[in-house]
Amino acid sequence: MTTLEAPAATQTLTFSKAINQALRDAMAHDDNVLMFGEDVGVLGGVFRVTDGLTKEFGEERCFDTPLAESGIVGFAIGLCYTGFRPVVEMQFDAFAYPAFEQIASHVAKMHNRTNGSVSLPMVIRVPYAGGIGGVEHHCDSSEGYYAHTPGLKVYTPATPEDAYWMLRAAIDDPDPVVFMEPKVAYWNKADVDTSAPGQPVGEAAVRRPGKDVTLITYGPSLAISLKAAAAAAEEGWDVEVIDLRSIVPLDDRTVMESVRHTGRCIVVSEAQEFAGVAGELAARITEQCFHSLAAPVLRVSGLPLPYPAPMLEHTYLPGVDRILDAIERLQWDDEPDLTHHGVQS
Amino acid sequence: MQTTTQDVAVEAFLPSPRPVQLIDPTGAEVTQEGTRRPYAMPTADRLQDVWRHMVLGRRFDLQATALTKQGRLAVYPSSRGQEACQVGVMRSLTTRDWVFPTYRESMALVTRGIDPVEVLTLLRGSAHCGYDPMKHRTAAQCTPLATQLVHAAGTADGLRRRGEDSVALGFIGDGATSEGDFHEALNFAAVFDAPAIFFVQNNKYAISVPLSKQTKAPSLAYKAVGYGMACEQVDGNDPAAVLAVMDAALRHCRGGSGPFLIEAHTYRMDAHTNADDASRYRSGDEVTAWLDRDPIARLEAYLRARGLLNDDQANAVRQEAEALATDLRDRMNVDPQVDPMSLFDNVFSQSTPQVEQARAMVRAELDADQEEGR
Ligand SMILES: Cc1ncc(C[n+]2csc(CCOP(=O)(O)OP(=O)(O)O)c2C)c(N)n1
Repeated sequence: MTTLEAPAATQTLTFSKAINQALRDAMAHDDNVLMFGEDVGVLGGVFRVTDGLTKEFGEERCFDTPLAESGIVGFAIGLCYTGFRPVVEMQFDAFAYPAFEQIASHVAKMHNRTNGSVSLPMVIRVPYAGGIGGVEHHCDSSEGYYAHTPGLKVYTPATPEDAYWMLRAAIDDPDPVVFMEPKVAYWNKADVDTSAPGQPVGEAAVRRPGKDVTLITYGPSLAISLKAAAAAAEEGWDVEVIDLRSIVPLDDRTVMESVRHTGRCIVVSEAQEFAGVAGELAARITEQCFHSLAAPVLRVSGLPLPYPAPMLEHTYLPGVDRILDAIERLQWDDEPDLTHHGVQS
Repeated sequence: MQTTTQDVAVEAFLPSPRPVQLIDPTGAEVTQEGTRRPYAMPTADRLQDVWRHMVLGRRFDLQATALTKQGRLAVYPSSRGQEACQVGVMRSLTTRDWVFPTYRESMALVTRGIDPVEVLTLLRGSAHCGYDPMKHRTAAQCTPLATQLVHAAGTADGLRRRGEDSVALGFIGDGATSEGDFHEALNFAAVFDAPAIFFVQNNKYAISVPLSKQTKAPSLAYKAVGYGMACEQVDGNDPAAVLAVMDAALRHCRGGSGPFLIEAHTYRMDAHTNADDASRYRSGDEVTAWLDRDPIARLEAYLRARGLLNDDQANAVRQEAEALATDLRDRMNVDPQVDPMSLFDNVFSQSTPQVEQARAMVRAELDADQEEGR
């Protein structure tokens, strides 16, 4: 016979359960926190991330809306005027596009437009990116659109502990946060201490220390980067892996410290490379670490194509081989070889 | 003196007060009362034809569901129970008419005569669309909700401008009528007098969300009225009524009277897709009750009672359906050939340096793999 015990502070949680727990704890902590979207109620969301919240908090706190993303985000803006802290779920990355007008024109700009008088403490949860064999319009890497829009914070956790604590932080944040959840990570498990805050948002994490090359990555590409680092170690390269955790704000300090230390850097992301977050990182690193660099900053990314049908996604996604190739191209000898960068010598 | 924006009485647009029905669930003929227009029973050969295609369609649907369980399809949204809509609509249209389907319309596309394997390509995961939309006048199955309706409105307007006597029909579910694009599509079609038919399959759920949480409107058909569009509601499990209402809509559109919206009241017998757990949001009793309104059994009872279908004919159709299923199974059990290099072919009609660089990179990777015998 067991007696009722307070839940252990450290629990083994999947990434999706960690988000569920964060929502649960935030809703218990503050009555103003509301969770809504498509199928988030009785069904618990298509990924079951909101499982049980309606049962526990009632239909007033976690509810299904009509099927209209623009409506969902616009409605959340209205609730903010009356002091609520809405958390909304966009069912999949590409289905947030109907709401893009609300997000870009209103969510991102409201505080600025109203001279700081209106705050929108809302969280827009977006399951994103591929690697799960989803059909078209279910695998987009849309972080670049949001990161390019001033006024939005863009978080992208990669581990269950970050999923928990970064969502708690996002809900507490007075500014709007686009919370990008890598779908491929939903089933990853780890210990999460829900009693002590994890690493603060805005700081990047060094997931693997190394001295030869820095791999900078985030969200869906962390796992593959760690795999590549392990494979590179067998060939004698000591690779450091940095997980950005949040794209906006961006932690320049950790990134630059690492690059100054290793002198070589590759940015790994699943989004296509052109005009994206990876290019932004490469530019910043070049500006800030020019004299420490032994080679140009390289990008390993998704291909410049619409996300393909599931049977072709393994060709599309950056894999270990493409990362290892990039490491080889980092000019380890004295002869610079720029042919891979579109520059013919 | 008060005038409306357009000098047309609202009554001209209203749907019938109750869904049009010609055959009741037992197979008995229903006398028409109080409908907005007269709806006549379709001819015997059309009903026989629709019955045959419904049997084929259901067998196709069951086979597709089975293929999902065997891992041959990534996902499949079944339309079992919605045969009267899927088949009735397609057998009313001509090959000159355009169709804008969603992910749920696989059965309708097979009824249109598109190869079932090509129809399932999207869900199998080897390409986003397996058939040629221009050849079949059938757009690629659409996953983002309601977006295809704006395309249907535009195509309908194009057909009108070209003086073609054809329509563009867009399918949509009940849930997706909440999307902004649904409203913009209706408004555009109405303003431009475009020959578009909006066919709403109200199957009562949008994944898990019931109609009552989607809208407060007494009928989804009424949504047309506000845009100045004629509309009708029909028993979506009565194939004869679907044909009759489609005929009226087609006459309306082809006659130059602008778009038409049809709300078909039906039910999704299976879960949203195989990835969905329907027991969380609806009761077994509710599902069982709808079994009594099965469109195939209903039409079969009607036809048999009038000597329009006998055992031999029925058996022949069922054998045809088995042959279709076997053929589909055999062809789907062969691993599809997907060429990674095809990825780069149709990103732009004139490729860009970025795409060509990526093509060269993947080509080199594949060649290296081949040399290493991988
Ligand atoms: C813009 C957009 N938002 C969300 C989704 C995810 N989704 C796919 S099907 C579906 C439910 C659609 O319900 P309904 O319109 O009633 O059609 P049914 O599936 O019942 O035929 C949802 C929410 C989507 N495909 N597109």
